[in-house]
Amino acid sequence: MNHRTKIAGSLLAAALLAAGCTGSGGTSKGADAEAPDDPKKVSGTITVLTHRTDLVQDGTMKKYAAEFNKTYPKVEVEFDALTDYEGEVKIRMNTENYGDVLMIPAVIKKNDYPKFFASLGTETERAKKYLFTDFTTVDGKVYGQSPMGALPGFLYNKRVWKEAGITDWPTTPAEFVAGLRAVKSKTDAIPYYTNFKDMWPLTQWTYMDGAVSCDPRATSRLAEGDPWAKGEDLRVADTLLYDIVRGGLIEKDPTTTNWEASKPKLAKGDIATMWLGSWAITQFRAAAKQAGANPDDIGFMPFPAQRDGKFCATMSPDYNQAVNINSDHKAAARAWIDWFTDTSGYAADNLTLSPVKGDPLPEVLRPYEDAGVKLIELDDAKGAEVKEIDNESEVGIYKPDYRQDLVDLARGARKGSLDDFLGDLGERWEEARKSTGS
Amino acid sequence: MADTTETGVTGKAARRVEAAPAARTAQARAPRGSRLRRGLTPWLFLAAPLVLLITFTYAPVANMVAYSFTDWDGVSPELSYTGGENYVELFTRPELFEVFFVSGYYLAASVVQIVVALYFATVLSFNVRFRNFFKGVLFFPYLINGVAIGFVFLYFFQDGGTLDSILGLLGVHSDRAWLGTPVSANVSLAGVSVWRYLGLNFVLFLGAIQSIPGELYEAAELDGANRWHQFRYIIAPGIRPVLSLTVILSVSGSLSAFEVPFIMTGGATGTETFVIQTVKLAFQFNKTGLASAAAVVLLLIILAVTWVQRRLVPDDKVDLV
Repeated sequence: MNHRTKIAGSLLAAALLAAGCTGSGGTSKGADAEAPDDPKKVSGTITVLTHRTDLVQDGTMKKYAAEFNKTYPKVEVEFDALTDYEGEVKIRMNTENYGDVLMIPAVIKKNDYPKFFASLGTETERAKKYLFTDFTTVDGKVYGQSPMGALPGFLYNKRVWKEAGITDWPTTPAEFVAGLRAVKSKTDAIPYYTNFKDMWPLTQWTYMDGAVSCDPRATSRLAEGDPWAKGEDLRVADTLLYDIVRGGLIEKDPTTTNWEASKPKLAKGDIATMWLGSWAITQFRAAAKQAGANPDDIGFMPFPAQRDGKFCATMSPDYNQAVNINSDHKAAARAWIDWFTDTSGYAADNLTLSPVKGDPLPEVLRPYEDAGVKLIELDDAKGAEVKEIDNESEVGIYKPDYRQDLVDLARGARKGSLDDFLGDLGERWEEARKSTGS
Repeated sequence: MADTTETGVTGKAARRVEAAPAARTAQARAPRGSRLRRGLTPWLFLAAPLVLLITFTYAPVANMVAYSFTDWDGVSPELSYTGGENYVELFTRPELFEVFFVSGYYLAASVVQIVVALYFATVLSFNVRFRNFFKGVLFFPYLINGVAIGFVFLYFFQDGGTLDSILGLLGVHSDRAWLGTPVSANVSLAGVSVWRYLGLNFVLFLGAIQSIPGELYEAAELDGANRWHQFRYIIAPGIRPVLSLTVILSVSGSLSAFEVPFIMTGGATGTETFVIQTVKLAFQFNKTGLASAAAVVLLLIILAVTWVQRRLVPDDKVDLV
């Protein structure tokens, strides 16, 4: 017995010892990735971690790299495409080995950016040239740059909406719901498709924040009060979603939806509308071509709300590219980010907004231009606080859970009233806001 | 985990067998050096399994327990010790334990599962035509990967999917969303898990039944016992240890149901289990510390349930003859 206890004891000690060894990565603080003066001189092999597995597989990224080498002949660029980008990078970031250039994962706290990434310059200097600098600024220094931006909006099938007799974009939520009703009664299409099962499409609704208030500080305001108070952006959006579901204007069985299958369905006119973003347009056009439908049928409209007779749409960044603070080739890594943002044509190739100020809108957004939609550059000064409140309260405004519950509530699979539901969210939010001290 | 534990157990047994005679002879005449070497030999053999066991089983668990006393978010290089705060938070938020109601569905399902598995094991232990074929059919689902099962059944339950088509062929047009309401969704999911784990229970029971000596049945038949009597007085007592093991596995399985509901519904529509909730805390809201505490609590709950069950139904030695 005694002997056994001894063995068990030493096993436990060994386990604890091993556990003690598995700490977290380094905590070196502050470094700059400065742009090289002479493109011909900068050298080294850099690894770029990317979530675009599709572009790496079909060789598009290689083409970008070859183009890059014309300016920077001594830099060799390698790509590491990760299918579960968030999950894998999160784990790799516990070590020092997470590529030279990477997309900043959403899970990293903004205040931790200086520990993980090298700075690209001061905000005052970068904001003159680029959009979205705000989103990665900590203490006046910028740590990342998104190579493209997107606008939120409804993707819709123009032909179906026309058949339903609607040619002008609805300007109020009520008008929008009336439009969906017309689609339901006059066509065979599913008026609105939730993509409930795939979950992340529901999170897109949060990106409408700012479309109602037309306020550049819309996201900062989340850290200052209840986002579901009367008249606030998120309340308007969630009420609209509730009304759509409540009115029976969605697919028959939301629990078994299928994202991939929804693309050709919208292209062919089996589905009339989906709330997504401008980034989705290319995918849906491709799906239309594949399904033998007309890619021009795919339209894009803003959130049905106007201020002073104008629609508003917020520009939001994609993943921000950053330089690993532990990289041995920071100059080369920086060169890649600058080139990829300024000259690669990546944003135009994806039919999205260019992050360089003054660049023209892509052709797919021409209707926005014609209708005079006001594009707002969001101020993300309080982004870190919002994220903290969000995690602390377990509401998850950029997570699908609460909207899934909202849809369940609206279709009667969950008991309660909308007011109570949104009130409860607001209460949890306020409580977390107070406890995190913002 | 099962693998490493097994190596550990067999390794230990091997050591005991070998060490006993070695010690006796060593005392008699072997010089000091060779005695030491002999004492060391079993440990050398044990080194590999022990290292594996510690690195892959005990160290991660110790790590998790350590995290449960911190406020770590899963990535940040900084973490601070918060004492028992996570545990206090867990136990002051009753809504975190409400999800255990969902386990009730899986518990009920495992009762069905055990009864059905026992029935098939008994029937197939006698001489039945196509016996091996039926054994294969029953065991097959257990061999399929849980993720694949999730996807297959998603198509099975979808609107106009396999289930609706089959019911349609039989003239039933139910037109219901199988995963649409909490009750219906949980019953459907529990049904999938019955389908999946039936094979495992079946094989365990069959093995136990086949270890009962055949002459017992013969003797019973001579005494005029029918099939029911044979089951009641020979098979049932003969497989009691396996039955109680199965019950323990089912209870812990129901409390920690994860794969099937996570892939099929992601915990939506009232199908969230305790483990799904823990995963969401850890990876969605970055509360790794709190989630580790939740995992530790789940482990303790399962240990407690097992202990209670062992006290209620002690594992007596079975003696049929």
